[in-house]
Amino acid sequence: MQIYRGHVLICAGTGCVASGSKKVQAEMANQLEAFNLENDIKIVETGCHGFCEMGPIVIVYPEGIFYCQVKMEDVKEIVEEHLLKGRPVKRLLFRDQMTEEMVPHYRDIDFYKKQNRIVLGNCGFINPENIKEYIARDGYEALAKALTQMTPEQVIDEVKASGLRGRGGGGFPTGLKWQFARDAKGDKKYVICNADEGDPGAFMDRSVLEGDPHALIEGMAIAAYAIGSDEGYIYVRAEYPLAIKRLQIAIAQAHELGLLGKDIFGSGFNFKLNIKEGAGAFVCGEETALIASIEGRRGEPRVRPPFPANKGLWGKPSNVNNVETFANVPRIIAKGSQWYAGMGTEKSKGTKVFALTGKVKNTGLAEVTMGLTLREIIFEIGGGIIDDKKFKAVQIGGPSGGCIPEQLLDLPIDYDSLISAGAMMGSGGLVVMDEDTCMVELARFFLNFTQMESCGKCTPCREGTKIMLDILERITKGEGKEGDIELLESLAKTIKSTSLCGLGQTAPNPVLATLRYFRDEYEAHIKEKRCPAGVCTALASYSILEDKCIGCTACARVCPVNAISGEVKKPHKIDPAKCIKCGACAQACKFNAIVKK
Amino acid sequence: MAIKTAEDLKKIKEVALDEATARINDGTQIMVGMGTCGIAAGARDVMTAIMEEVGKRNLKIAITWTGCIGMCEKEVLVDVLRPGEKRITYGNVTPQIVPRIITEHVINGNIVEEYVVGKLD
Amino acid sequence: MTKNINLTINGQHLTVPEDTTIVDAARQIGIEIPTLCHLKDTNEIGVCRVCVVEVKGARNLIPSCITKVTEGMEVMTNSPKAREAREMVMNLILATHPKDCLTCDRNGDCELRTLADKMGIKKVDFGAPVKDLPLDDSNPSIIRDQSKCILCRRCVSVCNEVQKVSAISMINRGIGTTVGTAFDRGLADSPCVFCGQCVNVCPTGALTERYNLREVWDALNDPEKHVVIQTAPAIRVSLGEELGEEPGTIVTKKMVSALRKVGFDKVFDTDFTADLTIMEEGHEFLQRLTENGKLPLLTSCSPGWVNYIETFYPEFLDNVSSCKSPQQMFGAVIKTYYAEKFNIDPATIYTVSAMPCTAKKYEANRPEMNSSGYQDVDAVLTTRELGLLIKEAGIDWKNLEDSQFDEPFGEGTGAGVIFGSSGGVMEAALRTLSEVVTGKELDNLDFKAVRGLEGIKEAELTLGEHKLKVAVANGLGNAQKIMEGLKTKELDYHFVEIMACPGGCIGGGGQPRLSSPETRQKRMEAIYKADLGLPRRKSHENPAVQELYKEFLKKPLGEKSHHLLHTSYTPQDI
Repeated sequence: MQIYRGHVLICAGTGCVASGSKKVQAEMANQLEAFNLENDIKIVETGCHGFCEMGPIVIVYPEGIFYCQVKMEDVKEIVEEHLLKGRPVKRLLFRDQMTEEMVPHYRDIDFYKKQNRIVLGNCGFINPENIKEYIARDGYEALAKALTQMTPEQVIDEVKASGLRGRGGGGFPTGLKWQFARDAKGDKKYVICNADEGDPGAFMDRSVLEGDPHALIEGMAIAAYAIGSDEGYIYVRAEYPLAIKRLQIAIAQAHELGLLGKDIFGSGFNFKLNIKEGAGAFVCGEETALIASIEGRRGEPRVRPPFPANKGLWGKPSNVNNVETFANVPRIIAKGSQWYAGMGTEKSKGTKVFALTGKVKNTGLAEVTMGLTLREIIFEIGGGIIDDKKFKAVQIGGPSGGCIPEQLLDLPIDYDSLISAGAMMGSGGLVVMDEDTCMVELARFFLNFTQMESCGKCTPCREGTKIMLDILERITKGEGKEGDIELLESLAKTIKSTSLCGLGQTAPNPVLATLRYFRDEYEAHIKEKRCPAGVCTALASYSILEDKCIGCTACARVCPVNAISGEVKKPHKIDPAKCIKCGACAQACKFNAIVKK
Repeated sequence: MAIKTAEDLKKIKEVALDEATARINDGTQIMVGMGTCGIAAGARDVMTAIMEEVGKRNLKIAITWTGCIGMCEKEVLVDVLRPGEKRITYGNVTPQIVPRIITEHVINGNIVEEYVVGKLD
Repeated sequence: MTKNINLTINGQHLTVPEDTTIVDAARQIGIEIPTLCHLKDTNEIGVCRVCVVEVKGARNLIPSCITKVTEGMEVMTNSPKAREAREMVMNLILATHPKDCLTCDRNGDCELRTLADKMGIKKVDFGAPVKDLPLDDSNPSIIRDQSKCILCRRCVSVCNEVQKVSAISMINRGIGTTVGTAFDRGLADSPCVFCGQCVNVCPTGALTERYNLREVWDALNDPEKHVVIQTAPAIRVSLGEELGEEPGTIVTKKMVSALRKVGFDKVFDTDFTADLTIMEEGHEFLQRLTENGKLPLLTSCSPGWVNYIETFYPEFLDNVSSCKSPQQMFGAVIKTYYAEKFNIDPATIYTVSAMPCTAKKYEANRPEMNSSGYQDVDAVLTTRELGLLIKEAGIDWKNLEDSQFDEPFGEGTGAGVIFGSSGGVMEAALRTLSEVVTGKELDNLDFKAVRGLEGIKEAELTLGEHKLKVAVANGLGNAQKIMEGLKTKELDYHFVEIMACPGGCIGGGGQPRLSSPETRQKRMEAIYKADLGLPRRKSHENPAVQELYKEFLKKPLGEKSHHLLHTSYTPQDI
């Protein structure tokens, strides 16, 4: 056996691969050889660290030195200076956005400091294509414990006691769900993993699939044992090729070691795991639609009851959980429900992974203990708003969720507090918006998404969301009418209460939440034909500040519709009747004399 | 090999942990000065000896290296840091005395006083 | 043992058996909850949402058409929340629906319009543009106007779950969702067999038969034309429904009077060629049985079924009887024997048939159906169109007198009548075959094993020295089961009757809309009642058939028969 004094972890997650980590890795291998270090230093290809905007990320152990945005040209310096001479390359260290100070150690970076990485604990730390690295991190010990020391009922009781709730959005107690599937009569049962991550900007499930696939496999195996199933399906988007590849490797390796297949741990428990690639329709995240899709039918939800626990895949009792939920399970079984229930709020236990995006300085995946406030996530982990603009709102729960305004930033995050604030946990998308965001446009954007993703099965979602979208489009174009807000509200109410599945029942949320907190913006659009954030082009108007204009004629020359007139060296004017609000004049003006209102 | 018992899993874990000691370790660190001065004084041989010794004894400790830390005349310098204890710096280390440092100090906690050149909290 | 469930609806206590839906429970205490997409046993998917009600404790409103009652449930059908939601949902359906009701084919019997009226919809909000989708009129049988489709999916369920033809399915998503064929081509270029079950269940004008009423009126008004109508066995027990009578009313004689008043030169009975079919097909069967021909013999009366086997099981086409259907035999006989006998120029004869069927329109248009030198049948009307024809003619149906069919094709036997119900062709054939083979008269004419609405019926019997195994299937889903069984050789029969529609022709795609199992049952009972009421109940005893053979055809399977009454089949692309 060869011992390496150092490990160079190079992220091979989708984000870092996109920013060039494969080239960095190849160069690293070359340079290690050039400096004769190939027997001292090992390259470890890992999954995602969640800090993708800083990629490619390279971490050197044992010190845990965190290099970010590493380019191929930087590799030689890292090898020569750090790996050979032991002097970390300062210019490649992470620099704190607030203090401008260098932070050499992974664990000290603000982005990670406030996090509590349980589900993501292995992501970016182990090689996901090597099952032994997972085993080194106590992998499959929970499965061994469940199969050899616990009855299925005890496993379910443990999960119940942990307080774990579904991480896919609904927040249904996981243990209870398993209980239903266990109690359902049937000779054949299925465990299904929903890895059809579809919220715009969300990628927490992908990170687990790419960075720690065995955690999912182990969690599913434990669930299968608990409910009395011997076969599972992982429904994963075809747009996640790397995740699929890693899963395939992981399943094959687990099979080879007998951790999947027949008579696992000599307990008589058998478990077979299949991967099903989905085409990535948003609605297939709904469990009955997902099941229909696995069966090869049109991916559409059906009326529940019967619930999948009684009548699921191929009509057999089935349990569907999402990736993050399953990935929590081995940790709960290994460390005990008391440990898990010790984290979080009264009704929301453990941690939640969020995908932090938008106008925030640090974007990426953040796993935090339930009960942390939005302010901590956005301003401490996220480092605050880009260009230090004013925070306006944060959209939680993707297109099914709602926005939370500044006055609620100290809201401790849990399932119930978010619902009462008009948002929802969803799968954990956090889109941060600054003062330059138009909330009507935001609502229009999300409704457009759900409207396009509606399966078209039930009337309210199919027809109603379209009519709501038409109204919102009208408003953003300055054609809003008196009564539009009330009509939006009454449509939203009906769509929520009468739609067949969760997609329709939550589709109006972005509209309702923005109406709740930013009604004045709607009114400004409708009554004053004004977009307070200056986003809606149709409502914008351009004018020339007389005292700043020197009459250079640059604006008049670029105007495509000849709306600008004026004599040379004298202030110009814009004819609002002709102006098409393209903004070309404002770009052309070197004197900041043209303003948009 | 197929795993049939929790014991089988443990055996695989043992090997896996050895391979991953740079990342997963008991917190004990041995640090070798690998500045120009250190390398000139034979730090690479010392490093090789440490790695061999650690490998032989299956220790879960981290081996790191650092640049010049001053005291060039006392190179090769090796620091040993056990969790919760003082950082001990040994000077003029040769491959020959490496096994003593490992067995007496790293494993058993008895500082090899004769080579110590510094103690830090 | 069924449990009883106690619940309240609008404050009223009631007890109903478990598995009762909220809609059915409410109906028991006289509360009608509107439903639209729901079709019992066929389309229980709760997608239109016009039936939502409030249930105490439930987060959202509940679709009452598919939700079963539970103990202690408190249902409020008319709470403001439920009423407003239902009204809004109905408004959403109507928002994009064309408003040309006055000229729509379904004007008068549109479920959507009736429901909107019942729900008190007086104004459609939102100002959304109405749907404008291309019309599919690619075939002689069925017109699809997707602009009028409300996406209730009844047609898709019938086509996929009952008939297993799967010519149509949902395509696209969201607001762009429509019902379509593969590659969204016309039905003519799809596996559609034109059975018309979809048309029968459509609540709006989105699916209709291709109307041939105009052509028929034109022929009637043309003094040069000799216009003859034949009426199928199954419409005499269903036409009444189109004219306000109870299902199962036998209206044969009133129908004849009405058609004569409409202006047909002759009103004939398709039962006559049903008897003729038995003579030909019976002898064909005997020939195959005794001369080692291909068995099982599969019947060919149902044009939907013929389309189906041509499309899905072409390898079995040699098993299909070469006999034309009674409709086509009638046309061929009219334009030859009848023309000759009464000295009428066949070029001036216009043959109309009144059929319970949409596939008959396709069949009449088949290019090979012209052995007389003229198209055998010129126009086909469904039962629904026949009702319209009588209404358009301003005939006072209620006070109509009885009258008899015209000679010489006015007499059919009971064997001909029962063609209208599943098992009838088989029973009629057995009545004749038994006597032809044994030479002895049957004591009991009723072969009850092959009767009834059950999907597949089997019987074993002896025919002289032969032990026979026969089967009867109705509905193409059941036909599929038989064909798969024959394919794998798990099933083995001598003679199989297959009808494309559930219950046979009484449940045909051209019958009065929403043929439920209950209405089919009543129509079937009427068919067997009509059979019992006739003096002759065996096809070979039909004197007109006997005369036809004597004067013209000479013998079953003879040269003339072969030329005029038999056909061949061609595999169709899926």
